[in-house]
This record gives sequence, C-alpha cells and structure tokens, in this order.
Amino acid sequence: MVRWPLALPPLDSISWQSPLRAFAWGMRSVASTVLTLVLFATYIGIGALAHDTHFSLGWVLASTALVWAGPAQIILISTLGSGATVVQAAIAVTVSAIRLFPMVVSVLPMMRTPQTKRRHLVLVTHFIAVTLWVECVRLLPHVPRERRIAFTHGLGIGLCLVCLSATTLGYGLAANLPPLLGAAILLLTPLAFLLSTARNCRQLSDVLALVLGLALFPLVSLLHTGVDILISGVTAGTIAYGVHWWRERA
Amino acid sequence: MSDFIGDWHALLVLVVAGFLPNEVWRMLGLWFGGGVDEGSELLVWVRAVATAILAGVIAQILVLPPGALASVPDGLRYGAVAAGFAIFMLTRRSIFAGVVGGEAIMLAGKWWLG
Repeated sequence: MVRWPLALPPLDSISWQSPLRAFAWGMRSVASTVLTLVLFATYIGIGALAHDTHFSLGWVLASTALVWAGPAQIILISTLGSGATVVQAAIAVTVSAIRLFPMVVSVLPMMRTPQTKRRHLVLVTHFIAVTLWVECVRLLPHVPRERRIAFTHGLGIGLCLVCLSATTLGYGLAANLPPLLGAAILLLTPLAFLLSTARNCRQLSDVLALVLGLALFPLVSLLHTGVDILISGVTAGTIAYGVHWWRERA
Repeated sequence: MSDFIGDWHALLVLVVAGFLPNEVWRMLGLWFGGGVDEGSELLVWVRAVATAILAGVIAQILVLPPGALASVPDGLRYGAVAAGFAIFMLTRRSIFAGVVGGEAIMLAGKWWLG
C-alpha cells in the first residue's frame, strides 16, 4: 500500500506530554493514509446516492456522523429507498454491523491503561470501523499508551470531518455527476473492503471465511429471506472455523 | 432549517433503522471486550463469522448493485473486482494498486462497450 511518510515524534518526545498535542497529531495523521482518499470518494458516492433517493442533506450528514460505517449507510439508504419497511432496513443494517464487534474487541486493548474507565472509551468505540481499525493497528505502536485515546479521538474526528465534507460535496454534485463516475465511486466500497479484509487475514480460518462468504451469498440470496447475509455469513464463518478447529486437532 | 433536515419522522427512522442497529455491536464490543482473550477460540469463530458477513456485504453490493452501479453489466462488475484482486496479489498486497487497477478496468470496459 502507498503511504505518505508520517513523522510522528519519538515516544519520549515532550510533544506527547499534552493530550491536546496528541489529539492534533491524530488529526494530522488523517493526511498520512491512502484510505482517507478511498473514504472521501466513498462518501461522495453516499452523498450522491442519498440525493438520488430523495433524502435531505441534513439527514445524510446525520447518518454519516451517527452510523459512521459506509456499507451500513449504503444498505440503509438503498433499502429504505426501495420501499422496504423500517424493520427490514434495521435487520439489514444490524447484520452488516456484526463485523464491528470483533474489531472493537481487538482494538480496545491497545488503548487501555490501568486507569482507563469504560466511559473514556465510548467515543473511540463509536469511531471504530474498517479504516480506523487498520490505521490504529499501524499507528498506535508509535504513540505512548497514555496518549492513545486522545490521539484516536483526533484521528476519528479528522476522518469524520473529511467524510462530512465529502457527503456534502457528493450531495451537491449528484445531479451533475456523470453516471459512469457514480458507478466508479460505488465500486470503491466492495473493492477497498475486499482488499483490506484480504490484507488483514491472519489465519486460514479468516481466508476461508472470506472466500466461502463471497461464494455463499449469491446462492443464499436466491431464497430472499431478508436475512440472507446473516445466513450466508454464519454458515460460511462456522464452516471456516470448523476447518480451523479440525486442523488444530489433527 | 426544515429543508435541511426534512421531516422529523425521517430522522427518527435514521435512529431506529440506522444508528441503533449499527451502534449496538460497537457497544457490545466495549461491554464484553474486556473479558474476551485475544487468542480465544470464541474470538476466532466471531472473527470468521464477521469476515464472512463482510464478504456477504461485498457480494451483495456486486450482485444486487445500488444506484448507478446497476448500469454496469454483471460480468464487468465481477471481472473488475477479480482483476483488482489479482493486481493486489501481484503487487505484494498493495490496496492502492488493486483499487486503482480494478476501477480502471471497469471504466475501460464501460468505454469499450459504449
């Protein structure tokens, strides 16, 4: 992956003594990753999709700040736009969001100190999504442990501001956006998600889960159950885990 | 102001159908995460299921494309993502190269088909 050089100060530098400076370093780190560009383009797409589906600008901005997960927003806007009920949309969104659980579980231990209370982690937890997860794994080892929460707040708020601007821009451009560009932007989400998931695969079970999940969904979707992703995901994930368990035992 | 937000009913739908069903998984992670061992078998299973669900989300966008993506023929959508993945593998797992390559092939294919 292409990465612009990021010069964070050394761990013992005095610039880490103030939480405010750590916050500012987090915000500046937004400019150090190509994923920011992918997010920017994705949110132009989400803004344009919301405009074409007749949601208000305030509504889609609120969805960016509150939901803060690209696929969930695309699913929410397209299911509501296609006339689904609130319950159907909520089920589709919550199924797509299960992936956030293991991300939170794996990121938070990087930030905890013995003094950390659960409430100190609420905002950080809200910001966790694929991009922040990937960037935390890359950047947090270069940040002193007691400043990691402030740093991540800066990173999360910085990324959120980028996405709010992109949402507004996409909403404004929608009517003038050539359909080809709109299609290219919507293709970014599956491409970037597939590749960043493939890169974060640590074990055989992760690789199998990715491949089986891709293969199984088109078959399960023929059933039109309304929870197709849940069925294909739990089945594929459990088979992948089963293979892992069987190999560990053998 | 009312134009900016739209009606309050729409905002309520956002909270009920978008915010809460999404956020609940983050907060469950915060609540139970402290007690889960990073290397535990439970977490291996949860991660496999989460990865497979993410794969399902990717497949859903490709198989049932939203908005303007529906104007790209099926074969071209799948081919562009497969090519992006191949480029990613060939460039020692460069996400940037894979994304740009996949997009370029989709655009070239669209232009070729007219």
